[in-house]
Amino acid sequence: MKEYAVISNEARSTTEAFGKALTELADNHQEVCALSADLAGSVKVTLMQKKYPERVFDVGIAEQNMMSMAAGLAMGGLVPFAATFSVFASLRDLDQVHTDICYQNANVKMLGSHGGTSFSQAGSTHHALEDIAALRGMANLTIICPADYVETQLATKAAYETYGPIYIRINRGTDYDVYNTENYGFKIGKAVRMADGNDFTVIACGSMVHEALIAADSLKAKGVSLRVVNMHTIKPIDKDEIIKAMKETKGIITAEDHNVIGALGSAVAEVIAENGGVKAFKRLGVPDEFSIIGARKDILAHYEIDAAGIEKNVLALLGK
Amino acid sequence: MSLTKEQWVTLEKKASQIRHKTAEVCVWAKGAHIGGAYSSADVLTALYYNVMNFSKENYLDEDRDRLIISKGHAGVITAPILADLGIVDEALLPTYNHTGSPFGVHLDKRKVPGLEASTGSLGHGLSIGLGLAMAARLKKKDYFTYVLLGDGECDEGSIWEAAMSIAHFKVTNLITIVDRNKCMIDGRTEDVMRLEPFADKWRAFGFNVIEVDGHNIDAIITALNQAKANTTDTPICIILDTFKGEGVGFMKDNYKWHYGTLNEEQLAEAFRDLDAYEAERIARAEKEGK
Repeated sequence: MKEYAVISNEARSTTEAFGKALTELADNHQEVCALSADLAGSVKVTLMQKKYPERVFDVGIAEQNMMSMAAGLAMGGLVPFAATFSVFASLRDLDQVHTDICYQNANVKMLGSHGGTSFSQAGSTHHALEDIAALRGMANLTIICPADYVETQLATKAAYETYGPIYIRINRGTDYDVYNTENYGFKIGKAVRMADGNDFTVIACGSMVHEALIAADSLKAKGVSLRVVNMHTIKPIDKDEIIKAMKETKGIITAEDHNVIGALGSAVAEVIAENGGVKAFKRLGVPDEFSIIGARKDILAHYEIDAAGIEKNVLALLGK
Repeated sequence: MSLTKEQWVTLEKKASQIRHKTAEVCVWAKGAHIGGAYSSADVLTALYYNVMNFSKENYLDEDRDRLIISKGHAGVITAPILADLGIVDEALLPTYNHTGSPFGVHLDKRKVPGLEASTGSLGHGLSIGLGLAMAARLKKKDYFTYVLLGDGECDEGSIWEAAMSIAHFKVTNLITIVDRNKCMIDGRTEDVMRLEPFADKWRAFGFNVIEVDGHNIDAIITALNQAKANTTDTPICIILDTFKGEGVGFMKDNYKWHYGTLNEEQLAEAFRDLDAYEAERIARAEKEGK
């Protein structure tokens, strides 16, 4: 493992990481404002709202209005962060995101929380398995899926520093820390090598980075050297890191909490296909179905996107 | 009465000039949303040539007034206006809808200077205007934001999401204007999807409503100035009573002229009608103006 990577038992709230980073941005920049759609508490926009009520707009349960209004605020010279659950941020207002934010290249930052199956027992209607697929075809848009608390804070701040529409996808509840420092060189569009390895590569994002690190640790005892790549930016994707994995290891598995169609796995597959292909490749995620209801760890195990599932699939592709 | 007789006559001539040029653009473009362009011609003339702080000199300034034309299919009438204001090159008008032209059927701010938003997916503009008005409030700017909606567009639920917010946030530096031409693509609004009691809907959402003849420039300007002078916390919606295709006999109040092309004969007839219409309107301004 790299010196900045850890397998930790400490899990922290990524919505809180976002809320704190947003408030810090608001402390330092007058033009930062925020919107939510009756979920200000859930996405922790309330942290900023307590300090700067005049710069936070809760529009009620009206996501379409929220996204177009955010576009208008950006056109008026502000830097709005519009936050709601991933499933609504990406689907309920997709036309507004397309035309008012992405097409017009409005400087709007969108935050989708409760991503993937992380709203576990809330049920399949509240799982976001299509958000990244729905948004990935939008020109001008950057998509980031941070792995933990630290990375969510860094992504939020980097989103402010980077002009243009950005979608940040995080989870409900807590995610295990995968970094022991903020100084690991987070940069939008640049993957982070979490563990070196020469036998096989797992390219993961979000919660699956932690799971992949555990799998790497377990595989080490079995004589398998697993490379773990945190592909926190899904778009634009870090092609160089994928090509290195193609050349330097025997195969690639992608792991994500999303439908296997359209997000990280597809993006990596596109790069692989355009660069000569690999012998072994598999996309782990929710196969093309609507996800089951249950405890998060059970859901991850069911779809083999937990450490055990990743390990099992790596061994299978290595023929072991 | 907002205007002197002289100002009124000048604006009538301007509105007529814009209608004439729009017919020509419609021919060059081989088709355009001319019906809804003509129902908006008078309010757009009032806004661009009298009410708004917006010109070739200041159209990029932070303090300019903003107009979001949410009924983005009316793009064909903005091209001659922006050319007349000197913001876009008039020589580009004949390229309208042609491959590589900055002008397509719908308004596109990324390609055409002077436009504030790319619209045409309906139901977005009022929320964009809300954002701009809120930005003015936070940045302590005193510009006004105007949003022009189509009446058929008000079928979209997002319009009412925006309306609810505008009243809730007491946004009075935003003036909502509806071009109530009573027609949409598939027919008359009341046949396709009933809007009435339309003004009452806006009132129920927390607006004060001003209903005005949308083809009387003096009355439009009086209404807009009244809305600007609003000192209450209640936002204002101006409902313009208009006709699709106003100014040309064969188009007027005919929903089939939502979109159309003009052949040579039709263009000649349209010009004859527009000339007669201009004379009628000027006579009215001369008679009623002070």
